[in-house]
Amino acid sequence: MASTTPRIPTAADALALSRAQGDLLVLTHIYTATLVLGVGALFGMLQGLSRANFIVMPPSFDYYRMLTAHGVLMALVFTTFFITGFFTYSTYTTMPRIRSVRLGWIGYCVMLVGTAMATVAILDGSASVLYTFYAPLKASPLFYFGATFLILGTWVVAADIFLNVARWKSENRDARIPLPAFLAACTMTMWIIATLGVVAEMCLLIPWSLGWTPGVDVGLTRMFFWYFGHPLVYFWIMGAYAIWYAVVPATFGGKIFSDALTRLTFIMLLLLSTPVGLHHQYLDPGIAAGWKWLHTVTTYGVVIPSFMTAFAIFATFELAARKAGVRGFIGTVRWLPWRNPVFAGPALGMILFIFGGFGGIVNNSYSMDVLVHNTMWIVGHFHITVGGPVALTFIGATYGLVPALTGRALFAPRLALIQVYTWFVGMSIMSLAMHWAGLLGSPRRTSDVSYFGAQGASTWHPEMVWAAVGGIIVALSVLMFIIVATGTYFADRRSTEEPRFAFAPTNEDAMDTPPVLDRLGRWGLVAVGLAVLAYAGPVIAQLHAHAYLAPGMKTW
Amino acid sequence: MAFGLAMLVVFLAVITTAAVVDGFVPPSHVQSIDPTKVSETPPFDHPGLRKVADGAYEAYYVARIFSFTPSDIEVPVGSRVTFYVTSADVEHGFSIPATGVNTMVTPGWVSEVSHTFRDRGTYLLVCNEYCGSGHQLMAAKVEVK
Repeated sequence: MASTTPRIPTAADALALSRAQGDLLVLTHIYTATLVLGVGALFGMLQGLSRANFIVMPPSFDYYRMLTAHGVLMALVFTTFFITGFFTYSTYTTMPRIRSVRLGWIGYCVMLVGTAMATVAILDGSASVLYTFYAPLKASPLFYFGATFLILGTWVVAADIFLNVARWKSENRDARIPLPAFLAACTMTMWIIATLGVVAEMCLLIPWSLGWTPGVDVGLTRMFFWYFGHPLVYFWIMGAYAIWYAVVPATFGGKIFSDALTRLTFIMLLLLSTPVGLHHQYLDPGIAAGWKWLHTVTTYGVVIPSFMTAFAIFATFELAARKAGVRGFIGTVRWLPWRNPVFAGPALGMILFIFGGFGGIVNNSYSMDVLVHNTMWIVGHFHITVGGPVALTFIGATYGLVPALTGRALFAPRLALIQVYTWFVGMSIMSLAMHWAGLLGSPRRTSDVSYFGAQGASTWHPEMVWAAVGGIIVALSVLMFIIVATGTYFADRRSTEEPRFAFAPTNEDAMDTPPVLDRLGRWGLVAVGLAVLAYAGPVIAQLHAHAYLAPGMKTW
Repeated sequence: MAFGLAMLVVFLAVITTAAVVDGFVPPSHVQSIDPTKVSETPPFDHPGLRKVADGAYEAYYVARIFSFTPSDIEVPVGSRVTFYVTSADVEHGFSIPATGVNTMVTPGWVSEVSHTFRDRGTYLLVCNEYCGSGHQLMAAKVEVK
């Protein structure tokens, strides 16, 4: 923090000072995410125990209130704080000079206030609407205002990143934006386009929750929500991919496979993340089948950058191993640093993502979706994606980031290593059981699936027991994570080894990055154009239908 | 990578052919209804099962927290039943596990989904979208004799 030195600060002092303040900002983001993950995991474990009929939540704090808290804290808060923090770091550490940390702090504070408002509304029982807050379930205005502030706060953080990148670019016209800063700005561009949907939805929901409008067009709010809801998933994935591309190779002395390919992947994600949301609404009435088919096609398009990523990551592994004199698939796998949690976390996440990706292709398969829609399969799917690759990558990165930001040695590194492996095992068990329960037809978002002993429900309980077992293992793993993450700070042991967290250098044999892959503003406009093309039709059809408005209800 | 792209094209071709040739499309009925007047709007003012021909039925359901009306229908084995469902309050789901019957039920809209019941038995019909504190109780039965 600022010290009161009498002498006039030099440029070097100013840089060191702004870096130190930037470090504190990023560290605050990371610890906020860590705390939220801890609370969210506790609720998650209690849910697993409820569904397996081991416990019954009291009416004063029922299952659905807890489920809302778990969903909002994990899907919207934990991920968002980590990603905005990591991308702030990506920008601040790769630009020789940053503007100021003030805007970053304002963004963080707005996000925090929004989170606090929404959390209070959920915990006091006035917002048991789950993280999708489907109208006409009507939460208290505090919930909608809180969610809106959380989003607006991320816009401020995005503005900070954009202004830094723009200033750097104006001073270095012929150079490419440093890759980590490019990935940050590209992801935040996608995020701004995506969150326009939820802000539009809030423009309908907030006046309605205040009692100013008598009802809402439910179909329209659902369309706005899922316009945002799917790119939300890609926001998480782009955060994880940025670490896979730019940080993971540094853990084994490797290089980024190709600067150009990495940028191309992110631009494709920027373009293709948004025009796909109707695949969450395949089973909605009131939307013609043709629009749904259109979004099936675009969703398959978004698979391509994931294939490219898989290719680039494996190539990175192989090139580094060959350079070290190791050959063959088995040899390469054995050579990788599986005992370093900064590598093992993301790498175990990559293994889970193979299954997550396959499941996603099933979900997107238009007519096949009826078999899994709103079943436990979907819950299994997002736990093996956001709960697997994304969370494990962020956890692994935290083990690198916290020592790098504080100069402190990682507390209990063996525990950190055990933690990522137990998470992998627990999440695999839980997710497999959930997928299986879904194939047997078990509905999601239900506190109890016994249905008074109905015949059709009898096969669901054993899978719920396995899911609870997996959930307990993951919760214990989160406890270990909290111990290591907070222990690192409070034990305050100076690190003697070199920092574990660094951005990898780029492979100099790869092709030079063409300038067109650096023009984020233009690609952003193309992305907006694609979103308009994909959504103008269904939104106009929805408005043209003059749907009846539904009055709000509190049914919990 | 090339194999992956080829597989994507194959998937899309299969899905599109199934949709166009065999009519395998997700339930996408477009018919609006005033959600505040469901109990006065025919045919939902008298929900229940109608026989339209031998082996062909239409079933009109109203979803309302936390039950379906009708709560129990009975059809002969081999019947094709077309379900029409609407909500009188919040978002619901309409799912008969282990069959292809699965649709969202959105206030303001009528959902339509059909199924041919080829096996005898008592089928459980559940609400599979969270609708409030009694969501886990919201279920009905379809008996196929």
